[in-house]
Amino acid sequence: MNFDLKKKTRVGESVIQALLFFAGILSVFITLAIVYELGKEALLFFNNPDVTLAKFFGGTIWQPGIGAYGIWALVSATLTTSFIAICISLPLGLAAAVYLSEYASLRARSILKPALEILAGIPTVVYGYFALLFVTPVLQNIFGNENIQVYNMLSAGLVMGIMILPLISSMSEDALSAAPRALREAAYALGATKVETSLQVVLPAALSGIGAALIVGISRAVGETMIVAVASGAGPNFTFNPLQAAETMTGHIARISGGDLSYNSIDYTSLFSIALMLFLVTLALNLISQWVVNRFRERYE
Amino acid sequence: MENNNNHYSIETKDLSIHYGRFTAVRNVNLKVEKQKITAIIGPSGCGKSTLLRAFNRMNDFVSGSSVTGEIFLHGRNLYSKHVDPVEVRRKIGMVFQKPNPFPKSIYENIAWGARINGFKGKVDELVENSLRSAALWDEVKDKLQESAYALSGGQQQRLCIARAIAVQPEIILMDEPASALDPISTLRVEELLQELKKNYTILIVTHNMQQAARASDFTAMMMIDDQRAGGVIEFDDTKKIFTRPTDKRTEDYVTGRFG
Repeated sequence: MNFDLKKKTRVGESVIQALLFFAGILSVFITLAIVYELGKEALLFFNNPDVTLAKFFGGTIWQPGIGAYGIWALVSATLTTSFIAICISLPLGLAAAVYLSEYASLRARSILKPALEILAGIPTVVYGYFALLFVTPVLQNIFGNENIQVYNMLSAGLVMGIMILPLISSMSEDALSAAPRALREAAYALGATKVETSLQVVLPAALSGIGAALIVGISRAVGETMIVAVASGAGPNFTFNPLQAAETMTGHIARISGGDLSYNSIDYTSLFSIALMLFLVTLALNLISQWVVNRFRERYE
Repeated sequence: MENNNNHYSIETKDLSIHYGRFTAVRNVNLKVEKQKITAIIGPSGCGKSTLLRAFNRMNDFVSGSSVTGEIFLHGRNLYSKHVDPVEVRRKIGMVFQKPNPFPKSIYENIAWGARINGFKGKVDELVENSLRSAALWDEVKDKLQESAYALSGGQQQRLCIARAIAVQPEIILMDEPASALDPISTLRVEELLQELKKNYTILIVTHNMQQAARASDFTAMMMIDDQRAGGVIEFDDTKKIFTRPTDKRTEDYVTGRFG
């Protein structure tokens, strides 16, 4: 018998491996590049002798032109609209996911899933005008014209919630469907009803996936620009009152960068500080929700 | 009626189980004795598990499955229109082939089933008693709040048995409960069966001939017919099945000549 144990070089293997590695590293690289660019420009802003971290994090008025750099004027609106959006999309999205994964017949599923996906495909500018021209008038009827401003965070937040809904429901549904069949059988065999099985066994088992959906949803809400730019208001305003107009970080960046700005003006560099802050807010919310989910999730393997 | 004899716990009459147009199990007539262990044996694919799952209506979850014939528990047909399958499963518990504890604490695994069944007594006591009945208490009493997944496979399976007991069923169905376990864990489960039959009627599907011979009182031998439908070809005392079977095919199977 003649057989060869000599090591062979397999070119194909190495090429594929290199390509896969490249694909993996690309997103990391891009993230780093963005952080670098943001940091570089933001540094110019913070190096300005007039700007102090105390003013930045301590102030509630944002008007770089007159030396007011209180980022909270913008962060408050971002937090308020995102909070409203999550309050809408998480319960509705979860309920839709439980229905689709545990209850829906094949027929109902085949109608509902594509419908939800259409919702995900609507351009955000359309959502923005839907908020301004449809939802806001409805809210005005409910609260009375004198109590709610034409531009308000509630309307933008609600519509943003609708926008995120399909994302949360489809990710949660994947998580629910991935819960082992054996778990459901175990519950049913104990005489559990469908509701008890779905909500008390399957849902907790899928919590880590649902947490991931929540995190992505939060990131979408914090980063969403068009809806808030159209419907939420065009001027920084430190308030958590959803009936008032206030501009979010993203909305502000979009509006200011749309006008003419000279490079190296304080208005220009201030935008990068907002963007950096946006990055940090998203990161912080992600970490918080990850921590919450890890606290409550039930592991199975 | 079918059930005027108190001797029997549950019995089937001309029970057939179909998936769509395919008949998986045909014309099963079994009288399962109370507080005895009845084993169902037979080669792979002969419908043992399908038959077992008919007893607690677990096949209801398989779309396209249907049942003809009857299963009587206390003279009531479990497949009658007026019977609630959820109630059936409360009376007839089940232990599965692979241990499938909930991703909850050991304590919660047992308390949950009792709670959804409206248990009003002291949960702590119930948990302890169930774990004692499943011969698991001494091993876990100091870590009741730990995840059930921290247990070994054999311990997990006994936890699943404890969980089934906690709901206080009359009958426990076991679908190859030891097939995923090592020999020592298997032996412990078998010993446990002998304890459990004092209070429960047990139906067990097994691939393991020695297990059936060692652990059961009665044995039903299943085999597929020429249309690939499974049926019970012989049902008798376990001793008789393994020493003097009437059917040639049973003899071939239990002596290991095929299957």
